Amino acid sequence: MNGELTSTDVLIIGGGLAGERCALEAASRGLDVLILSLVPPRRSHSCAAQGGMQAALGNCAMADGDNPALHFLDTVRGSDWGADQEVANIFAEEAPVAVRELAYYGVPWTRVRGGANQYFIKGKKVTIEESLQHDGLIMHRDFGGTAKWRACYASAGTGHAALYALDSEVIRMGIEVRDRTEALRLVHDGERCVGAIARCLRTGRHFAVAARATVIATGGYGRIYGKYTTNATINDGSGAVIALDTGIVPLANMEAVQFHPTALSPSSILVTEGARGDGGYLLDRNLHRFMVDAEPDKQELASRDVVSRHMAQCMRDGNGVDSADGPHLWLDVRHLGEQHLRTKLREVFDICQDFAGINPADALIPVRPTQHYSMGGIRVNKDGAAYGLTGLFAVGEAACWDMHGFNRLGGNSLAETLVSGRIVGRQVAEMAADTELRANTVLYFDALAEADEYARNWLQRTGNGTNVFQLRDTMGEIMMHKVGIFRSGDELAAAVTELQQLHDNCDDVGLRNRQPGMNPELTFALRIKGMLRLAITVASGALARTESRGAHCRTDFPVRDDANWLNRTLVRWAREAQTPELSYEPVGQLVLPPGHRGYGASDHAPMHSTIEDYNAAVLDLQSAAGRPASSEPLGQRLPEAI
Amino acid sequence: MSRRLEFEIFRLNPEDPESEPHTDRFEVTETPYMTLYLALSQIREEQDPGLQFDFACRSAICGSCGMLVNGRPALACRTLTSQLPDSIRLYPLPVFRLVGDLSVDTGSWFRQMAERTEAWVHQKLPFDASAEESRMSDDDAQAIYDSDRCIECGCCVAACGVANIRSDFVAAAGLNRIARFMLDPRDRRDESEWFEVLSSDQGIFGCIGLMACEDVCPKQLPLLEVHAYLRRRLFASRLVGKQTDT
Ligand SMILES: Cc1cc2nc3c(=O)[nH]c(=O)nc-3n(C[C@H](O)[C@H](O)[C@H](O)COP(=O)(O)OP(=O)(O)OC[C@H]3O[C@@H](n4cnc5c(N)ncnc54)[C@H](O)[C@@H]3O)c2cc1C
Ligand code: FES
Repeated sequence: MNGELTSTDVLIIGGGLAGERCALEAASRGLDVLILSLVPPRRSHSCAAQGGMQAALGNCAMADGDNPALHFLDTVRGSDWGADQEVANIFAEEAPVAVRELAYYGVPWTRVRGGANQYFIKGKKVTIEESLQHDGLIMHRDFGGTAKWRACYASAGTGHAALYALDSEVIRMGIEVRDRTEALRLVHDGERCVGAIARCLRTGRHFAVAARATVIATGGYGRIYGKYTTNATINDGSGAVIALDTGIVPLANMEAVQFHPTALSPSSILVTEGARGDGGYLLDRNLHRFMVDAEPDKQELASRDVVSRHMAQCMRDGNGVDSADGPHLWLDVRHLGEQHLRTKLREVFDICQDFAGINPADALIPVRPTQHYSMGGIRVNKDGAAYGLTGLFAVGEAACWDMHGFNRLGGNSLAETLVSGRIVGRQVAEMAADTELRANTVLYFDALAEADEYARNWLQRTGNGTNVFQLRDTMGEIMMHKVGIFRSGDELAAAVTELQQLHDNCDDVGLRNRQPGMNPELTFALRIKGMLRLAITVASGALARTESRGAHCRTDFPVRDDANWLNRTLVRWAREAQTPELSYEPVGQLVLPPGHRGYGASDHAPMHSTIEDYNAAVLDLQSAAGRPASSEPLGQRLPEAI
Repeated sequence: MSRRLEFEIFRLNPEDPESEPHTDRFEVTETPYMTLYLALSQIREEQDPGLQFDFACRSAICGSCGMLVNGRPALACRTLTSQLPDSIRLYPLPVFRLVGDLSVDTGSWFRQMAERTEAWVHQKLPFDASAEESRMSDDDAQAIYDSDRCIECGCCVAACGVANIRSDFVAAAGLNRIARFMLDPRDRRDESEWFEVLSSDQGIFGCIGLMACEDVCPKQLPLLEVHAYLRRRLFASRLVGKQTDT
C-alpha cells in the first residue's frame, strides 16, 4: 500500500464551499494549492443547501433599514450568547461582500422585482410595493430568528448555484483537485502540522502530502446520528477526527448540535426553512398551527432550536401524526400555490414528488426535526488557525470559528463558508509564504506506515460476527434517542457508557471483504472508530454541561446559566487515552450582554462577574487554553458599544 | 405481501487482476418508499460488502449516483423500486471510466469538459468589493438558474449515441453548460469567442440529433430547446462574422 510523497504549498482537505473559497484566496496569491476531496468538489454537501445565504444588503421592502449591526445582533441572540462576538461581527460585516462576490462569479441570485409583489407573512397574504429603484438588486427571503428579510437565494438551490460558481473559478485558476481521496491522518511533530496521509478511494493506496499549511474544510459530522440526519452519506466528520487524533488539537462545543425542524419523514431529506420563510405553516395531527400558541411573535420563524423543541414537545404530548416510522407533523405550503412552489421553491417541489410521492401544492408534507448542523468543530482563532499546532487551519462547518455558539441561524452557514474562506485563505497564504518546508521525511514515512498498519490490521483480524455497519446503526440510535433534542443526565450518562463500549468493541469487529482496491467495507471501517470518538465527545460534553443553551436542552437543567456556563467546551483526546478530556474557555469578549433572545425561554441565571471583568480575563484564559495569537489583537473588531 | 426484488448487478474490480466482468444476483424484500439507494445499501451491508457504487446526498442533488437501471440512465437515489418490475438490472454508466462495479469517474470527465468549454463567467474587470452588485432582471436570473440546474450526473452523456463513440464530444451537459454562460449578461465573451467554443465537431456539430438526452435528464432540463438556442446563436454569429469579414 505504501505510496508516494508529494508536496504543495497549501493542502486543503475538503472541496466544499469553505475549502474552495480558501483555495482561491491562496492560489490568487501565487501559491501552489492542492485540494483533496472524497467526491468531485461539486458533489460536496454544500451543493445540497437550499434556502439561502444571509447578508444584510437591505434590498427589498421587508429588508428596509437592514445593516450588519442588526445581522450581528440576530446572530448573537440566535447563538444564545455562545458565539464569539468579535467573530460574529467580522462575519456580519463581510457577508455582503461575499454575496456580491458570488454574484460576480456567476450565481443567478433571485432579484428584486420593482412594483407590487405578493407575499405570505404570518399567515396572511399581503401585497408589498418593491421600490423601482431597487429593481434588479439581489432579493431576500425571510428565515428564522432574524429581524429583517435577509437571506439571499437562488430559488431553493442556493448551495448548488454557489458551489458551481466557485468551482468554476477553481477550474479557471487551474487548481489541482484530487477527488475520491480521503485524508486519514495529519502529519506533525507535536508543534507543527506539515501535511497529511491520504487514501485514494479508486485504488485503496495511501500517499503522503507535504505542505507548508494544511486546512481542514471537511464539513459536518451529521452521520454520527446514523440515518437521523439531513446530511449526505459522506458527512462522517473525518476531518474533525484527524484533528482530534493528534491528541493536541481540541474540538469545541461538540454538544452543540442543530436539529432542523423540517426534514421529510422518514427519509430525513431536508425541506428548507425557506418553505416557512415564504409563508409555510406547521400543523399537528388536528391540523392546528401550534407554533402560533407557542411563539405568538415569531410563530414558525423562531430559531431552529426553539421550533424543533416545540415540535418534539408537541409529538411527546401525543399530537403527532402516527406512522410506521414513528410520529411526525405536517408542513403546509399549499396556500403558496403551485406557481410559487415550482419557481421559488422548486427543489422542495421536486423532493416532495420524488421522495414522498406527493404534490405539495395539494398535499401536506410529513416532517420531523432531524439532525442537521454541527455548530462545534475544530477550535480555531479568528484567523482560522487551530489551537495546538501551527500550520494547521480549519474553516467552514468543520471548524468552530465560533459565530454560531449553541444555535446557528438558517442561512448563516453558507455565508460563513465564504466569509471565513476569504479570511482564512488570506491567513493561510501569508503563513505559507513565510514558511519553509523543512519537515523530516521520516515523519511522513512513519505516518504512512502507521496508516498501512491500521488498515492491514482491519483486514487481517477475524471478527466476532458483528459488522461495521451494525456499529454505525447502533451509534445512530444512541445518539438520536439519548443525545437528541431533549437531554437528561441519566440518558446522557448511559449514552457515554454505551458509546464507549461500542468504541472498545471495534477492535473485535472484523471485515467480510478483503478485495484489493477500493474496498468499501474497509473504507467505512477506517472511519467508524473516529466517528464513535466524535459521538463520545458530543455525549460527554452534553453530560457535563448542566444548563440549557441554544440547541443543548437539558430537561434536568432547563435554565441558561450565565453564571457558570457562559463558556465554550474544549475537548482533547490524548493518544492512547481511554476517554476524552474536557476543559473550558470564555466565549470571547462581550459587547451585547446576555439577555432574552426575543423568542424561546425567557429566564436565565445572570452572570456573576461584570462584563468588564469577564472581558479582561478572555485573552489570558484563551491563551492558556491553546489559542494561537491572531494577526490582529483580540477584540480589535468587536462592534462599538450597542 | 411485499415483493421480492431480484437484482442483477454488473461486477468488475479493475484493481483486482483476478476480476472478470460478470453479473451477480441478489434478492431484496421491498419496503415502502424503497429507493435504489436503500436497496443497494442493504445489499452491501447485508450480502456483499465489496459492492461498489456512489451515493452522497441521496436526494437527487449531488449527481453522484447515475447508473443504468434496466438499460436506462437514471439517478439511483431517486428511483423508487415501486416504479420498477420485480427484476432489476443495474449496470454502470457507459462513456465514463469505470472505478468498479456501478461506480464511474464522472468527476474527471466533467472537469475536462469545463476546461475545454471554459465554463466560467468571463469577466473583463476584477471584482470590486466596494461596489453594489451589478443589476440583472429577475427574469434573466431565473433563465440562468434554469440552465444552471444541471447536476453533472452524466445520464445525458451516457444516453448520447455520439458521446458513446467519440470521447471528445461535450454532449448535452456540455452544450447546456455553454448555453448557461451565453445567457449570462455577466459573461463578456464576444460572438467570435463563442463561435470557437461551439462550432467544432466536439461542440454543436457533433450532435446528430438523436436527442435521447432530454428524455433521461433527471432534472428535466429542456435540452432540445438548449440545442435550438445554440444553433440560432451560432447562425446569428456567422452572419455577424460574414458582415465584418467583407
Ligand atoms: C440539506 C442541507 C441544506 C442546507 N441548507 C442551507 C441553507 O439554505 N443555508 C445555509 O446557510 N446553510 C445550509 N446548510 C448548511 C451548509 O450547507 C453547510 O454547513 C455548508 O455547505 C458546509 O460547507 P463546507 O464547505 O464546510 O463543507 P461541505 O460542503 O460539506 O464540504 C466538505 C468537503 O470535505 C470533503 N471531505 C470530507 N472529509 C474528507 C476527508 N477525510 N478527506 C478529504 N476530503 C474530505 C468532502 O468531499 C467535501 O468536499 C444546509 C445543510 C444541509 C445538510
Ligand atoms: S446521491 Fe446525490 S444525486 Fe443521487
